[in-house]
Amino acid sequence: MDILTRRKFLVASGVVGASALAAGAGTYALSDLFETAGTRDPAGHTLVLVTLYGGNDGLNTVIPYADPAYHDARPEIAYSAQEVKRLDDNFGLNPAMTGLHGLFGQGRLAVVRGVGYPKPDRSHFRSMDIWQTATPDRPGTTGWIGRWLDGAGGDPRLAVSFESAVPPLLAGERSAGASVPVAGRAGRGRLPDRTLAALAASSPGESPAQARAAACFADLRSVDTMITEVRDAAEEADTGDDPERPAATATGGARTSLEAQLDLVARCVEAGVSTRVFSVSLGGFDSHADEKQLQAVLLGQVDRAITGFVERMGRTEAGRRVAVAVYSEFGRRVRANASDGTDHGTASNVFLLGAGVRGGLHGEQPSLTDLDDGDLRYTVDFRDVYATLLEQVLDGDPERVLGGWSGRRDELFAPV
Amino acid sequence: MAPPDAIAHLLRRATFGPTAEEVEAAVRVGFDTTLDRLLTPAGTDAGAAATPAPRLGPDPHATLGKGAGREQRQQANKQRTEQAQQVTRWWLDRMVAADHQLTEKLIFFWHGHWATSVQKVKSAQLMLGQLDTLRRYGRDGFGPLVAAMVRDPAMILWLDGEKNTRRAPNENLARELMELFTLGIGHYSEDDVKAGAKALTGWTVVRESGTARFEPKRHDTEPKTILGRTDTFDADSYAELLAGLPRAAEFVSDRLWFRFAGATPPSDGVEPPAGGVEPPAGGVEPPAGGVEPPAGGVEPPAGGVEPPAGGVAPPAGGATADVTAILRAMFTDPAFVRTRGQLVKQPVEWAVGAMRQLRIRPADLTEQQRKQVQSGLSGMDQVPLRPPSVGGWPAGAAWLTTSSLQARMRLADLFAGTAGPVAVQRITTAPAAGRLDALARLLVVDAWTERTRAALTPLAANPERLIAAGLVSPEYTVS
Repeated sequence: MDILTRRKFLVASGVVGASALAAGAGTYALSDLFETAGTRDPAGHTLVLVTLYGGNDGLNTVIPYADPAYHDARPEIAYSAQEVKRLDDNFGLNPAMTGLHGLFGQGRLAVVRGVGYPKPDRSHFRSMDIWQTATPDRPGTTGWIGRWLDGAGGDPRLAVSFESAVPPLLAGERSAGASVPVAGRAGRGRLPDRTLAALAASSPGESPAQARAAACFADLRSVDTMITEVRDAAEEADTGDDPERPAATATGGARTSLEAQLDLVARCVEAGVSTRVFSVSLGGFDSHADEKQLQAVLLGQVDRAITGFVERMGRTEAGRRVAVAVYSEFGRRVRANASDGTDHGTASNVFLLGAGVRGGLHGEQPSLTDLDDGDLRYTVDFRDVYATLLEQVLDGDPERVLGGWSGRRDELFAPV
Repeated sequence: MAPPDAIAHLLRRATFGPTAEEVEAAVRVGFDTTLDRLLTPAGTDAGAAATPAPRLGPDPHATLGKGAGREQRQQANKQRTEQAQQVTRWWLDRMVAADHQLTEKLIFFWHGHWATSVQKVKSAQLMLGQLDTLRRYGRDGFGPLVAAMVRDPAMILWLDGEKNTRRAPNENLARELMELFTLGIGHYSEDDVKAGAKALTGWTVVRESGTARFEPKRHDTEPKTILGRTDTFDADSYAELLAGLPRAAEFVSDRLWFRFAGATPPSDGVEPPAGGVEPPAGGVEPPAGGVEPPAGGVEPPAGGVEPPAGGVAPPAGGATADVTAILRAMFTDPAFVRTRGQLVKQPVEWAVGAMRQLRIRPADLTEQQRKQVQSGLSGMDQVPLRPPSVGGWPAGAAWLTTSSLQARMRLADLFAGTAGPVAVQRITTAPAAGRLDALARLLVVDAWTERTRAALTPLAANPERLIAAGLVSPEYTVS
């Protein structure tokens, strides 16, 4: 067995948290977060990272509608100048993004264009690994938030994912963030509580997997009624087996709706929990065919969920200290394929909203005619954006977290 | 490990879950004979013959006329959903009923490898066809399997192959074919993806007949360079090229090891835990993270870790990996016995194994109960025919979350309540003091830890609760 490949197929098998597992990530209950309410530094900011799995097509999200090269490259899936939600004389948002368009008008949405990294990888799994570990040149085993967590004391509750497995993003050298799954269903069978309590004990000499299975009982017992209620609500939105429901080539991402995940984040923020980073996600962006409608449906979900969240956050003091960043593992090829879709590409947009974010268009839009083998040339290294978030939102040391990286995009945040 | 334990371990991994009688019979004939019977079963499979695949008729969409209205389409969609559920139910029943268990388990393995979801394919007929292909080609040479899969109609639809034409290739299938199905990341370039996509151009799916068709006009006949070889590649020769690479044999061996043996490759320096027998120095704390043994598995140490002694040698140039030969090498590898207690059972394995041991046939359950089984699997995040992504299902600790535990507990209640009389008698005929051991025999658990003994003992008078608790115990959850 070739061990060098083993991690790769751990990743390919969907065990993206392979490194996090080794780092000791655990599954926590929401009640564990609420126990921390009131312990945080009231001046501290919160970062909400929104991952769009599957490679969202950036060119049909922030649309260069005035560029003839855009229309030439994708005659069937291009949006016309009349359709887009205009940002300026050259760029417009996807028509499904009405809420974010409104926030842009109020100077509350920053769009960073052309974000990427050298020698881009077009595998969903490897590429997502690169964004989450922030080490483009070699396979990394720790995530950038995980390394920040190492420096922030290592309490898993500081960095929380609402996915069922801990993403590599949250795995550090010595610590790892917590996973708080929300996709459960109410009810837990008829076994008496004392049986569950007894099964929760660890037993000397048992294998790590067996020990983890026992620890699950301990986790479960700390789940309180509130999480059950939230789960039930999330479930109602997710029980449909509608064959017309957009599914696409799923390439990861949480199963519960983005809205339900952000609702949980909002509750946590409003309760003043100690968590500084929340990771939420939406999957389904792998649109190789018939892309236009599918992407519009997904972007509509993103738009509603994020607009609602940002507006809700604006209403409380704690909420006004929250910043949101939205990214995907890559954009798509400039030229459409024959299937009215696009294949895996490179640079794309990152959206920033919330605390201190300076709205507007940032970064240089990559040329649609000077391409790298059909793909966009990136103009902003994603580590510049990360470094800025680390400095402005997380009070971290970007150079320590990002291997000495010195680039910044200070213009993304307004001076406090 | 004493031989009976080694045989039980083999059966737990090579089947969906052996019954106590199967273990006893296997112990009588010994490890080698048991392995032979698993790998090359003699005669026809009576259990499989008794569970024929459903006859679905044509795809409801294929018979819709061009002028079909909204209501007709909705009706057809509804039928399709029902047919997909029918296939899922049938498949679960087959997994439980089949005697040639390794054959069935291998099909499920391949389903997770060539992970194709009915959510996009929509047609139950095509999914059934893909399962047939996996059954037909899944245990011999890798070459014919790859060749069959690149022209499998469900696979073509799943990865947009029917949209892949000479004029504008669609790269989806070519990329995942190399990345996830045959070679792994890092063993091909972006140019290989582009050239591979061209090789696969021209294949479409005829919805009416549910077959794949090659349309020469859409195929790119130009010479292409793939992985350093230049030729007028088409789907067949591209598949042959990939399957014949030593790397493909290695990749498939790795995946088989990962799913049937464990996530952690054995190494000389690290002795895996002995499954609840000898306490480690330092008491009760599980190793960091309590998930994987700390060494190996995640980050390759400098210089790498050696493959298991006697590991599977890739075939000499031209020949492709032989799956049965790989499995034989794996199961007889000295490292295999040391993987005991390291694999978290996949939810489908857990459920099917429980039903086999408790003499429950899904087909005999009421409609309501079958729905509970389906929603239980959904709650544990593994529904056959619906893998979450083209990368397949996760593994290991990903199955061990509080939400999946809740689903497991509800399903354990259902199974305990519908267990066949023969299974229940194994518990009830034992004296109260021996019921925990009877339960261990019934569920083919080598031994309960002190923890679980303490948890189960108060339930001894209530066989149904006892069985339910056994099914969710850590000892039964991992294998």
